[in-house]
Amino acid sequence: MLAHIIQNLPQVLIDGLTLGVVYAVVAIGYTMVYGILELINFAHGDVFMTGAFMGAIVLFLLMGMGFLAALPAILVFIIVIVIAAIATGLLGVGIERVAYRPLRKKNAPKLIALITSIGISFVLEDLVRFIAELKTGNYIVTAPPMFNHKFTLNLHSALPFFNNATFQSSFLLVLIVTIIMLIALDLFVNKTKWGMAMRAVAQDRDTASLMTINVNRVISVTFFIGSALGGATGVLFMIQYGTIDPYIGFVLGIKAFTAAVLGGIGNIRGAMFGGVMLGLLEMFAASNLSIITHGAMGAEYKDVFAFIILILVLIFKPEGLFGKAVVEKV
Amino acid sequence: MKLKRVVPLLAIIALLVGVLAACSPKSGGSNGKTVIEIGSQSPLSGGSATLGDAIRLGAKLAIEDRQKEFEKKGFQIKLKDLDDQGDPKKGVANAQILASDKDVLAVVGHLNSGVAIPSSEVYNKNNLAMVSPATTATVVTDRKLPTVNRICARDDFQGPAGANFAVKTLKAKKIFVIQDKTAYGSGLAEQFRDQAKKLGAEIVGYEGITVGEKDFNGVLSQAVAKKPDLIYFGGVYAEGGLIIKQARQKGFDGPIMGGDGLDSSSTVQIAGDSVKGVYLTSVAGDVSKTEKGQAFAKKYKKEFGKNVESYSAYGYDAAGVILEGLMKAIDGNDDKKPTREQVTKAIRSVQNYDGVTTKVSLDDKGDNKYAKVYIYNFAEAKYPPVQKAEISQ
Repeated sequence: MLAHIIQNLPQVLIDGLTLGVVYAVVAIGYTMVYGILELINFAHGDVFMTGAFMGAIVLFLLMGMGFLAALPAILVFIIVIVIAAIATGLLGVGIERVAYRPLRKKNAPKLIALITSIGISFVLEDLVRFIAELKTGNYIVTAPPMFNHKFTLNLHSALPFFNNATFQSSFLLVLIVTIIMLIALDLFVNKTKWGMAMRAVAQDRDTASLMTINVNRVISVTFFIGSALGGATGVLFMIQYGTIDPYIGFVLGIKAFTAAVLGGIGNIRGAMFGGVMLGLLEMFAASNLSIITHGAMGAEYKDVFAFIILILVLIFKPEGLFGKAVVEKV
Repeated sequence: MKLKRVVPLLAIIALLVGVLAACSPKSGGSNGKTVIEIGSQSPLSGGSATLGDAIRLGAKLAIEDRQKEFEKKGFQIKLKDLDDQGDPKKGVANAQILASDKDVLAVVGHLNSGVAIPSSEVYNKNNLAMVSPATTATVVTDRKLPTVNRICARDDFQGPAGANFAVKTLKAKKIFVIQDKTAYGSGLAEQFRDQAKKLGAEIVGYEGITVGEKDFNGVLSQAVAKKPDLIYFGGVYAEGGLIIKQARQKGFDGPIMGGDGLDSSSTVQIAGDSVKGVYLTSVAGDVSKTEKGQAFAKKYKKEFGKNVESYSAYGYDAAGVILEGLMKAIDGNDDKKPTREQVTKAIRSVQNYDGVTTKVSLDDKGDNKYAKVYIYNFAEAKYPPVQKAEISQ
């Protein structure tokens, strides 16, 4: 039994890491907004989805103009991800302007903003579905294959108790790009003036505004960064899995939110860690659960397994793994 | 004083006139003909919209083709197409709408067994006959409802036929089974598994996935580690296409097999080149094999600007069976508009109806005696796949 699990471990790690970093970046979007506004922005999962579709639109436009054949794939990818990230970032700022700022001005209870965010998530889902269906007649959109060179990690000859693991070059792309995004964000929040302003607003909005910080602008910037990261991850998701539909944001959003809670909501490094951990747990459960339980529970219970771990963590550490341990929020 | 009473009176009169005006054109019918409606329910939006729309368009074409015959008798047939979204709740709500419309005498539908089962309870209560082009779950007709019919094969025929092919023709000894936990997917996968076991194959794993997810690497790395000769998937193309793709990425080169849920051009679109070497059993035959079918495909393309999907011809034939029954019921009712009971009986008694893709003779349960299972293979990344075998009951 143990031998089986160990044999499969490298593959599980690779697959879990891919899923985990995606969760991690989306979780950051939840955690940043929560850190600043104490608002759970449920629309964020659908912002991620919209980013994936925007990436698809740019990609198909470039393809129509013949860029895909002319330019190296990596250049096309950079164009796509940058445009999609900026567009979704602006979408995020727009959502905040239209939906959340009027509520904040009127000092509406937090619950109202929460319900509003759920409403926005429905609007986004159906809007994207409508447009995609209008354009293609079918809202499941399949991206052209990119970065699908296959690698085999020949572990078996070096370490005989492991099986070989395979991955695609898109896995490397997802991993590298998300790590760049995470490090850049961490530097931004901790080293720049805007980052400092964000941390100040997170600590105390009223006092921050007394210190000549333009709170509304900081909130806009936060939404821009969170949504742009989400949108960029949407593009990565499209390239890794090849197929997107308007409902990918729902399940993924809930899991990313869970990851944010697991890491301690409001804490950026916690969200990164929580996302990777949730991805690994889920993948481990999917491939090993039936071996561990001798077939009594199959892979379909992977979410149950992952969420039981979450509940256990929260029982012993209700503030999440990284909550409070670091004083600064954001 | 008086004005106060007159205003509400006028309002009520206006309302009554409005109601009467709304009613009148329907009962009168356009150009003096009695309107008979045929309902259609299939998913027109959602993950299986490709298949659902094919059924609707097939039924539409069937009605257009036979409109003249009915016009001669003073009837006009209209299609009332509703979107069940592949959702049982929506299907039942739509069924209520169809049942309450007295002009609706029969229904073409559904695509999904899970939707057809609860909806048909509503039809049966209202004596509304249903002819399904595509629901394969055994329980659909096993309830022996007089109103429920289908022209395609059953899962307890499709699953085992797939298993026979996998074990006997493809010589698979170790099989890994994945299902999507829906009534359709798990039903089919169980039928397949039981028959494969009976034939001596070893089932090295039986796992479930969640509909709507995109990452199945966990289940697949478990599957690939067991080195099966064949992977079987019970479910629909949205997940099936991704499973095929991700299994190939993991280096699995053996055959992957599925049921009629994979029988769609979207499977190829999602899986891309990985689709090579995929086998599927389908209850839908390849229309391009016969002259009649080719003519149908050409007409369909001309009418709607789309290529035929697997279920287009079945939508056509299901509506054809209904129209056949309807004609008989009209004849038996002195050329007057028949009741729903008469139509239900007339449809069930349809024998040796020669459709575009299948012959239809309904038995006492409502199953088609001539229903066949076909086995297809994707030799290249192109839809439709190549028909490998044809198995009759």
